[in-house]
Amino acid sequence: MSFDAAFQGRVDAIVARYPQPKAAMLPVLWEVQKAKGHIDTESEAWVANRLGVSPAQVHGCVTFYTMYKQRPSGRHHIQVCTTLSCMLRGSDELVAHLEKRLNVRVGETTHDGRFSLVRVECLGSCDTAPMFQLNDDYHENLTLEKVDRLLESLT
Amino acid sequence: MPAERILTRNVGRPDSTALASYEANGGYQALRKAVGSMTPDGLTEEVKKSGLRGRGGAGFPTGLKWSFMPKEVDPKRPHYFLINADESEPGTFKDRLLMEKDPHLVLEGTLLGAYAIRASVAYIYIRGEFVHATQVLERAIEEAVAKRYAGKNILGGAWSCELVVHRGAGAYICGEETALMSSLEGDRGYPRLKPPFPAASGVWKCPTTINNVETVANVPFIVERGADWFQSVGKAPKNTGPKLYCLSGHVRRPGVYEAPLGLPMKELIHELGGGMLHADRPLKAVIPGGSSVPVLRADECDVDLDFDSLMAKGTMLGSAGIMVMDASTCMVAAMARIAHFYYHESCGQCTPCREGCGWLERILNRIEGGKGLQQDLDLLLSISDNIMGNTICALGDAAAMPTISFVKKFRDEFQHHVDHKSCLTGTLALQGVR
Repeated sequence: MSFDAAFQGRVDAIVARYPQPKAAMLPVLWEVQKAKGHIDTESEAWVANRLGVSPAQVHGCVTFYTMYKQRPSGRHHIQVCTTLSCMLRGSDELVAHLEKRLNVRVGETTHDGRFSLVRVECLGSCDTAPMFQLNDDYHENLTLEKVDRLLESLT
Repeated sequence: MPAERILTRNVGRPDSTALASYEANGGYQALRKAVGSMTPDGLTEEVKKSGLRGRGGAGFPTGLKWSFMPKEVDPKRPHYFLINADESEPGTFKDRLLMEKDPHLVLEGTLLGAYAIRASVAYIYIRGEFVHATQVLERAIEEAVAKRYAGKNILGGAWSCELVVHRGAGAYICGEETALMSSLEGDRGYPRLKPPFPAASGVWKCPTTINNVETVANVPFIVERGADWFQSVGKAPKNTGPKLYCLSGHVRRPGVYEAPLGLPMKELIHELGGGMLHADRPLKAVIPGGSSVPVLRADECDVDLDFDSLMAKGTMLGSAGIMVMDASTCMVAAMARIAHFYYHESCGQCTPCREGCGWLERILNRIEGGKGLQQDLDLLLSISDNIMGNTICALGDAAAMPTISFVKKFRDEFQHHVDHKSCLTGTLALQGVR
């Protein structure tokens, strides 16, 4: 398991922002996920070694923070907010529509690896409910028609 | 006449995120004034006099919090200023607006706070989902450093302060200040017992102050216009200044609305918010301060939205997330969804919260699904009572407080579910009960 020199340079720059290397845990894990799509056990060991902590410490963080992925997700990762304000504005119908349309259940990835669907807790976008986060981007004020058009535009 | 927009004055302007645009509208003049002519203690005193209270949820006086910091810096224990940008309380989306649309206002406020508490580094802890806001802030920091508003020798003086954006990764609990410090140190976001309070021993066991994004965004205006001006906005002496209200749910125009503290709730919902979403569905209930505060029935909504008026009604302003529910809302379904949130977000350290929140959710889902038992109603209250005050942090309370208020204020509706194994006629059942 190794990362290239450019990656290690980015990690060095992150570590330098903190008084202790361990504090770079979250940003370094973000870099790993950006590079590999998810964080596997080997990467955890690499991070542990770089930050001078135990692999268990790293694994504890990867499993605590819900945005870190322990296995690959779909190319288009759909995270539907279903907390109260979104629920009041139809997020459950949105989830049902996506399940039907993508032919997956919440938590699953399509067979071709294109789409994965999860429910998430409040994304801080309650005034534009219902909404979901597609990879990094928020898609707001959704209607079922808008969702269909969006899905059709994705490869 | 609508009140002057203070905090959101740049929102909607072209290039509102650019430094040049911020400067053209008087930006960074407060920093210049403070660093040039005020001592850190003088700045703290001015903020104390203004009456500014924290906008993150607890409403603690900001100047008083700053004054707890040591007056001299021990080089072995530098002071740290942390900005809580982990905005995660359901119903809250004001800090995101400020960061995305006026990042330099957030940075100027951050620098002023750092100056007041004698910090040379400020970490902005932002929730992981706010990728866009993170990018906007990072670009703004680069601009600010290039013009000597941040970084080494600010404005040519002796004081230096580095700004670092630190991105979380999906954990509501990290908005709790001690959990935020644990997370920043590279651990799981576990809250810590207080005392010691952060000003005595915070991140890396050093003196630390933690402020919410909106809180520090007020500070440049206090410096520029003075504490007396701030006292003239809102309801003096204890509910002063401008406030961002987050309106969501069954209203026609949800959004962030700025008004002086003390905005009447009815004005927010029926005038600014355009009234109820469906003309034939009247107001049923409002959660006024994010999902962790007690709910108000429609007949209790004749209230001003400020710390003390809501406290007098037995609830809280919290993070000013006003969630509006109309007559179609099943209160059991709504409460079940809230309980699910807290169960999902409990960090798991304290048994009453870890087990209690899950228990609450399962019982609420059972009642909603028509399998509720008569004793479940009192059981919900007794579990809540056993969570309240028996945990390290307030997350357990945040699940217990709404539960108690929902069951007590809508007891007939809960009873109906037990008696008839169905929701009230005209309300929509919870879909996809887990």
